[in-house]
Amino acid sequence: MYPSLTRSTGDLFAEFEGLQRQLDQLFGLRHWPSSIRAATRGAFPALNMGVTDQAVEIYAFVPGLDPAKIDVQVDKGLLTISGERTAEPAQGDKVASYAEERFSGAFRRVVSLPEDADAGRVDATYRHGVLKITIPKRESAKPKRIEVRD
Amino acid sequence: MDMKQDQLKARESRNDFHATPLTPPVDIVEDKEGITVRADIPGVSKETLSIDVDGDTLTISGTVALDATTDLKSVYAEIRTPQYKRSFVLSRDLDTEQVSASLAHGVLTLRVPKREQAKPRRIEVKA
Repeated sequence: MYPSLTRSTGDLFAEFEGLQRQLDQLFGLRHWPSSIRAATRGAFPALNMGVTDQAVEIYAFVPGLDPAKIDVQVDKGLLTISGERTAEPAQGDKVASYAEERFSGAFRRVVSLPEDADAGRVDATYRHGVLKITIPKRESAKPKRIEVRD
Repeated sequence: MDMKQDQLKARESRNDFHATPLTPPVDIVEDKEGITVRADIPGVSKETLSIDVDGDTLTISGTVALDATTDLKSVYAEIRTPQYKRSFVLSRDLDTEQVSASLAHGVLTLRVPKREQAKPRRIEVKA
């Protein structure tokens, strides 16, 4: 049922996982409207985005990074997250490597922000490998209750 | 009434299907002393992570705990299941009693040492 810890790549399990990934690509994002800058499944880092009445929140799943080395920029309504993740050096004498699935290298992802996001007040925090970016909405875009006078 | 319950059950099983946990990507490296497993599980804290050894099966499972604002409406999501799970079969030369784990910035590092008798050693050829 489970792959062995010491299986080599290129066996039946690996092929099956590849097939599953292809099926996911075919059916996975079917119900979700995708942005023009949306990357294919498996892009690093994975992004989630949500809105509240007050702000736009973006979650980037970037594990294993030094927060000081994550570059977050906002320019002309585009939010860019970039950086580089280097593979950890092997400890001791490496005998064999059985899996290298984790991302390593430079990455860059771009998100177009909603019109009402106030790019001047962006806040970013990094916790448990998740980068949370909060962009408040402009005052004029926040829902307001209008008093009815008599 | 019965029909309604059936519908509910059907809906539940559908939800279960969608709740299939994510498979975290791993690096597995072996050296003379043991095996090191690194897994990317962003969003999982020490409190929401569990590592279980049952017989010769090692299972990593964790729940993503985002401190999201309660009225957050999702507009786009690539991580849609807040759960990770992955199991491995350990071979007999590995010491399941001595598994150590550390979690930093969403990366889990597991160290599974080899049993004493399984470590490579040189055999002296006597005259």
